[in-house]
Amino acid sequence: MTALLDVSGVSRSFRGLRAVNEVSFAVAPGEIVAVIGPNGAGKTTLFNLIAGALTPDDGAIRFDGRDIAGLRADRRCRLGVARTFQLVRPFAGLTVEDNAIVGALARTPDVAAARREALAALDRLGLADRRGLLASQLTLPDRKRLEMARALATGPRLLLLDEAMAGLRPTEIDGMVSVLARLNRETGLTIVLIEHVMRAVMALAQRIVVLHHGEKIAEGTPADISRDPVVIRSYFGEAAA
Amino acid sequence: MTDWAGRMAGDAPPRALPLLAALLAALLVLPAIVDSYVLSIAILVLYFAYVGQAWNIMMGFAGQLSLGHSLYVGLGAYASAVLFVHHGVAPWIGAFAAIGAAIAAAAIIGALAFRFGIAGVYFALLTIAFAEFTRIGFDHFPWIGGSGGLFLPVARHGESEFWMLRGPPVMFYYVILSMAAMAFAMCRLLMVGRIGYYWRALREDEDAARALGIDIFRYKMLAILISSAMTAPAGVFFAFYYNTLFPEQIFSMLRSIELILGPIIGGLGTLFGPILGAFVLTVLAEVLNEVLAALGWEIPGARQVFYGLCLLVVVMYLPEGIWPALARRLGLERRR
Repeated sequence: MTALLDVSGVSRSFRGLRAVNEVSFAVAPGEIVAVIGPNGAGKTTLFNLIAGALTPDDGAIRFDGRDIAGLRADRRCRLGVARTFQLVRPFAGLTVEDNAIVGALARTPDVAAARREALAALDRLGLADRRGLLASQLTLPDRKRLEMARALATGPRLLLLDEAMAGLRPTEIDGMVSVLARLNRETGLTIVLIEHVMRAVMALAQRIVVLHHGEKIAEGTPADISRDPVVIRSYFGEAAA
Repeated sequence: MTDWAGRMAGDAPPRALPLLAALLAALLVLPAIVDSYVLSIAILVLYFAYVGQAWNIMMGFAGQLSLGHSLYVGLGAYASAVLFVHHGVAPWIGAFAAIGAAIAAAAIIGALAFRFGIAGVYFALLTIAFAEFTRIGFDHFPWIGGSGGLFLPVARHGESEFWMLRGPPVMFYYVILSMAAMAFAMCRLLMVGRIGYYWRALREDEDAARALGIDIFRYKMLAILISSAMTAPAGVFFAFYYNTLFPEQIFSMLRSIELILGPIIGGLGTLFGPILGAFVLTVLAEVLNEVLAALGWEIPGARQVFYGLCLLVVVMYLPEGIWPALARRLGLERRR
């Protein structure tokens, strides 16, 4: 099967520092892939390169066979790439419903139709009863759900989640995992997630990509990765290995 | 048309429509029950409501602070007045030239600022700069009067010619009332449409908006183009109502500041804010003048001090403006 997302040899430097160095990986349609690695490994930079907030210095990013590396973020969104931010960025002065409507307007110019899509997305994330609140009135876990609902409302084929579980309690993490698993199962949505919460990674990911110092050091199934000596060394230091 | 009407009513609170109808009815019969002094103040209120509404599109909806809207008023005023004085062109036709001139200026400012990511206070400075150098340019342009001013021939007493906008104050009253009503309706349509959602989204967070598929440059350009196009007819009205134009006055920064006070005090980003703000500022300032005159006190600059105090009180106690607080009182809160 051809890959939905194909990242090949992508690099990006900041003032001489190679944040992402010749990283390649592919994601098949309907797959859930986790990107893990220590802080500063270049995970968020990699996401920004895929979503279009940054452009790569080198390498190609193909989405559904089309090179998108030169496109702005809004164009990539219209093609079906949606993302959430590590530090959630809801439109604080808008209601929860209006936040999701802004997302849904990416696929229809009709506000009434967008409202229906928005409500469906809010419903999926369990936010339907809070739709009248201002986004600024939500708790952190709810803001994370809103961020995800807003991204879902755009009708993506690829969803990029940047630490969607961070700061959540274990029961909330399990709730989020089941929402994502159901989305993937029912709609075939392809998901790439950056995650530190291994409980979520192990439950969701079919494949894991490990970054360290901007380079891909390992890739494989969750079972392979948890036994990989290189990964263990980079995570826990020499002593553990 | 019915589709428009449906969208306009949309999610409006049920009590808003009768109140709006009552307000419009009261404004329609106003000239029949008040004297010429009150009528002149009403014209001023509606004028500020109109330009406030136009400016509010940029700042209240799209979050772009323009401190140079006198540029569009001035260009609109001069474009229509010059066509009238030199070529006898009716202001209704001249208005198109006025709008064209404002749009051209806005396109230059917008392209410069939004292409190169000039935002916030730097954008505000750019708008001031354009208004200022246009003012200086017009001062040195004798064909349109230069700093000596441009004067429109005043209507002979009793003569009323609607097509040429020569007539009594009551005619101007109905002209500016129609303009204010249309501006209100247009802003409502914009606000409930996709463009209104996109403007508010980019006002709140540009990066998040971009990630949701919004072409930031395009929507900022639309904001400045629509706002300037709406502002220009206010200049046409100004020229034909006052009949005298001086670059020093019409392009002055004070004019830019004056027209933004209404929406700020009334409530940024709301539809009633600009109307309420214009009413509060203009009427209270007149009352103050009357009181001072009755007391026999002559205080130069009292009006400006009063504006300052109003702004201070609102910023301290009603940071969202008067309208959101009043709307809650009246049970007109948007459904949430």
